[in-house]
Amino acid sequence: MTDETGGGVAKKFLYVNRKAPYGTIYALESLEVVLIGAAFEQDVSVAFIGDGVYQLAKGQDTKGLAVKNFSPAFGALEDYDVNKLYVDRESLLARGLNEGDLLVPVKVVSASEMAEIMDGQDVILSF
Amino acid sequence: MKFGILVNEGPYTHEASDTAYQFAKAVLEKGHEIFRVFFYHDGVNNGTRLTVPPQDERNIVRCWSELAEKHQLDLVICIAAAQRRGLMDAAEAKRHGKDAHNIAPGFRISGLGQLIEAGIQADRLVVFGG
Repeated sequence: MTDETGGGVAKKFLYVNRKAPYGTIYALESLEVVLIGAAFEQDVSVAFIGDGVYQLAKGQDTKGLAVKNFSPAFGALEDYDVNKLYVDRESLLARGLNEGDLLVPVKVVSASEMAEIMDGQDVILSF
Repeated sequence: MKFGILVNEGPYTHEASDTAYQFAKAVLEKGHEIFRVFFYHDGVNNGTRLTVPPQDERNIVRCWSELAEKHQLDLVICIAAAQRRGLMDAAEAKRHGKDAHNIAPGFRISGLGQLIEAGIQADRLVVFGG
């Protein structure tokens, strides 16, 4: 699962986001890992499953919560060369969302496709 | 085999730290290597030396410290997560003008890059909690 790229060996990292963006800090701190990890020039993918799909929902307004709306940062992932974003289709549909409701371009995949994506990774960090 | 371990929950509320500790012990007993144990989210609270659990309960923080001393384990607390939650070593306390520090023996504070490095260097990165 590793391949030589230039000077070093790149591993395939998958970050799995399973939690809603607010209510707990997992989503925000997961994003912090993705952004720091991007500097390490590994092969990065990010998956959104279950309530994790809410992290990408457009129109987040956190004023009433008095916490920072960090969703604009997902739009910056591309600048960090993080552009493999996978969203679980069933999770989206179960929450009344579709691809058009999301902040950034993603690949919507079935559960079995997601399983294959996971199977192909070296390192999976789930938050 | 070389393992990396990520602990995402604090002591006592959640079993993750206990399980990670038992896993780490088993890994070492089987002759494997642990590249690093990284503490993230509330997991940073595993590294405060100020816990005083009842005497008939396990002392999770001390368990980690003793395991680290016995096997020269690298126990790393995420600095960003630690700053949010009030975990600091002497240098951090001085830098932020705080009147105390609380890091337990065997732990050190460093950045998230240490987690990514563990993912790169270890054959397996095993995640506990979250």
